Amino acid sequence: MPATDSTALAAGSRWRTLDIVTCAVLAVAFGVVFWAWNFVWEGIDPLLNFYPPLSAIVYGLWLIPAVLAPLIVRKVGAGVFTEALAASISLFLGSQWGITVLYQGLLQGLGGELPFAAGRYRHFGHLNAVIGGALAGFAGTMWDVYYWYPDLGLWTFKVPYVGIAMLSGALIAGLGSKALVKAMLPTGVLDRFPVGRDRRRI
Amino acid sequence: MISVRFRGFTWRHAGRRSPAVSDVDLRIEPGERVLLLGPSGSGKSTLLAALAGLLTTDSGDQRGQVLLDGTDAADRRGAAGILFQDPETQLVMARSGDDVAFGLENQAVPTEAIWPRVRHAIETVGFPYPLDHPTHALSGGEQQRLALAGVLARRPGLILLDEPTSNIDPEGADAIRRGLKAALADTSATMVIVEHRISEIIDLIDRVIALDPGGGLLADGPPETVFAAHGPTLADQGVWVPGIPLPTRPGHGAGRPCLRGDRLTKTYPGADRPAVRGIDFTARAGEMLAVTGPNGSGKSTLALLAGGLLKPDLGTATVPGEARPLHRLPAQRLATRVGSVFQDPEHQFVTATVRAELAFAPHAAGWDRDRTDARVSELLERLRLGHLAEANPHTLSGGEARRLSVASALAAAPDALLLDEPTFGQDRRTWSELVDLTAAIRDAGTAVMAVTHDRDFAAALADRELALSAGEVDGEASRC
Amino acid sequence: MLTFAPVCDRDAPIARTNPIAKLFAVVAVSTTALLAADWLTPLLLLAALAVATPFSGVRLGPLTRRLRWLWFAGATVAVVNTVFAAEKTGAELLSFGPLEITADALVDGMALGLRVCVAATAGVLGFATTDPTDLADALTQQLRTSPRFTIGSLAAMRLLPLLSAEWQQITTARRARGMEGGRNPLRRARLFASTMFTLLVGAMRRAGRLAAAMDARGFDSGARRTHARIQRMRPADWLFSACAAAVSAAAVVVSVAYGTFRLLV
Repeated sequence: MPATDSTALAAGSRWRTLDIVTCAVLAVAFGVVFWAWNFVWEGIDPLLNFYPPLSAIVYGLWLIPAVLAPLIVRKVGAGVFTEALAASISLFLGSQWGITVLYQGLLQGLGGELPFAAGRYRHFGHLNAVIGGALAGFAGTMWDVYYWYPDLGLWTFKVPYVGIAMLSGALIAGLGSKALVKAMLPTGVLDRFPVGRDRRRI
Repeated sequence: MISVRFRGFTWRHAGRRSPAVSDVDLRIEPGERVLLLGPSGSGKSTLLAALAGLLTTDSGDQRGQVLLDGTDAADRRGAAGILFQDPETQLVMARSGDDVAFGLENQAVPTEAIWPRVRHAIETVGFPYPLDHPTHALSGGEQQRLALAGVLARRPGLILLDEPTSNIDPEGADAIRRGLKAALADTSATMVIVEHRISEIIDLIDRVIALDPGGGLLADGPPETVFAAHGPTLADQGVWVPGIPLPTRPGHGAGRPCLRGDRLTKTYPGADRPAVRGIDFTARAGEMLAVTGPNGSGKSTLALLAGGLLKPDLGTATVPGEARPLHRLPAQRLATRVGSVFQDPEHQFVTATVRAELAFAPHAAGWDRDRTDARVSELLERLRLGHLAEANPHTLSGGEARRLSVASALAAAPDALLLDEPTFGQDRRTWSELVDLTAAIRDAGTAVMAVTHDRDFAAALADRELALSAGEVDGEASRC
Repeated sequence: MLTFAPVCDRDAPIARTNPIAKLFAVVAVSTTALLAADWLTPLLLLAALAVATPFSGVRLGPLTRRLRWLWFAGATVAVVNTVFAAEKTGAELLSFGPLEITADALVDGMALGLRVCVAATAGVLGFATTDPTDLADALTQQLRTSPRFTIGSLAAMRLLPLLSAEWQQITTARRARGMEGGRNPLRRARLFASTMFTLLVGAMRRAGRLAAAMDARGFDSGARRTHARIQRMRPADWLFSACAAAVSAAAVVVSVAYGTFRLLV
């Protein structure tokens, strides 16, 4: 037996069924996570809604799929596919933003995936994850301020809102996704992905 | 009918140090019906996956060959049909008929030919619902029969069955076996089945191959010959060999009451009748109370109510020395009063090592460090987890994970322990271990209450039985 | 528990419309509302949606349940944009300390709130009447999307009720272990993260098994697939799409003619 795992693990840009289904199941799982979050934040969330910059503190939670999926699957389009599918799931469950969540999901996914694409899908370190989270937050909140809060002040609202969301994206979606991957590694669920090769064999 | 050939076959899964199977040489003739046996971890599932063409180069490393009719199995993916253990993740579509049709669409069967084949397959396995019945509303046994129809509709020349009934309750398993019998009578395909409960399927097979844990074959031949010569060895390896008696561990008499339920009643939102109604019970130190009954009789709901994990509409679950009913206790305190072990051990794991897992509840309950450490060491030894103290709970084998979930529920020294289907999906060896473990916990003075479908488990351990039927106590069937 | 089952009468005209035609209509109406910043365009679109509602077959109960959140979101957007508007011109309607509401800000705020309502109502009517399976069939057959991605996503969506039930089980199991959120927000967040991790590990395991089951039934064979269920664009579906485009255009034309139209740029 060879000393290391086959290089076929990493090779190829072709999506295996496993890659597709993994992204899709992650999107569905996050559909559940977002739904459950409503119960955790019950009572607090509506209050924050009236001052948008504050509600952006937890914006990063909605961006995790955009960063986590490329970290695990490492295929072109993983972030966009997963984040957009997660958005469509809220659409089926009756999202108040209608079809626009899909546009926004696509944008956020694009933001999250950009740094990995810029590195030609070869670098998946903390820096790229943090940038991805921040860019996803930027993309998402730019959509918000442009379409839902266009009349608000630039410095009193738009800038702090986008800024807080980028910070939240960098921390929760960026560092959070890295932490999730690190915690998942020893469980063996990543063994069939390139990222799983970073793990000590058991 | 497909012939099967393994030639010096070795496979190591990605991420694993040692191979799952090594140097397997095996030949199966077209049309043979083979039972594949071997202890847990001997690579039976890996061999089936290899035959199904599912072991691709990106999932591990291979040596030797797997041939179907002389060609590489990986190049003939789809020639074989495989039924897996877990019913939930084998179904692909939301409507029953669509799910059977899925495999035919992939085979590029013309649209007009798809539906007659779907109907035929569904009738063969005895699936009782119309084609548009939602798959998420099916019981595990029904899902498994539907998945079997999906395999048959593709008319595979080789049928592979990977413990098809081990995750199913006894009634559902019987229905699957009936479907299987009808299906096999309908085809001349070669079949390989992996199964521990062999008495029920023995008339479906004409050859037994037993893998040796050390590599190579332990036995190969007609069922009667193999079981006559190797019965006790196979039983030790986890096979339910017919005619070898199961152990019993009777209790030594009941002590003081440790957990009481009074008129427990619960109706779920949207349900038209209560899940349980007016249930009284007492669990006493040093005895096991078995809670039995068919699917939907309210067993699991009763376990949640008894464990203080669900708020009853009426009635209370209480422990002596605690004024408040259990469902109103803070979680940290609850863990010191009642331990609950769930069906899926992974749901209960909250930390990254076995040791931390055991220290979690004592720490939350405010025990000091010396007391916690002493308790953890004691449990590691008692439940034979010492060598795994630093392992990640999610990497444990099925039997180890089960032992850890029991140990962690006992960690904060509760007087009562609740088990939900503890023997579900276990082979004979891990089953016997669980019987011994439960007996030891009981005899150390803990009240054990076990929700179970498993008649043998109840018979081996229970002094009393609480039989439920449609949410109420069935007095006739109970032994109190 | 979460499910995707449509909440409508299946024989209603909109429920029977081809999913792609519906998708097009939802996109046309929502995007028009999105691009217009005035109050009249979304109001006209909302009126059109109200007319369409009886034909959707969505039952009143589920509709109001879903629309409750929608109106709340619309109201939030309206209030935020009114109260915190950067430019406060027009007659002053209310002044209370730092709080100041002017007529222009109120009109603009209402307009933005109406847009949310249009997008959400269109989404509810379009998607609450569409079965995901039918949408996937129409996507692969009419729009020629990749069957691997479309059917792969569909198969994953089947796990939604399962995973949402699992969330509850994991939370319950955590209480049994002595872990509970209580009122402390930090503890609640920790419990949430821990539950999410366990859910994701289980989801990844399921994804692996599901992918294997799909491949075992020839999903990745590379051969052309056939379709068990045929989705077609019938004349009625084309007509439906054309109506949606016409209504969207008409709303803009009326608004322009009335002199209120403003493009959001």
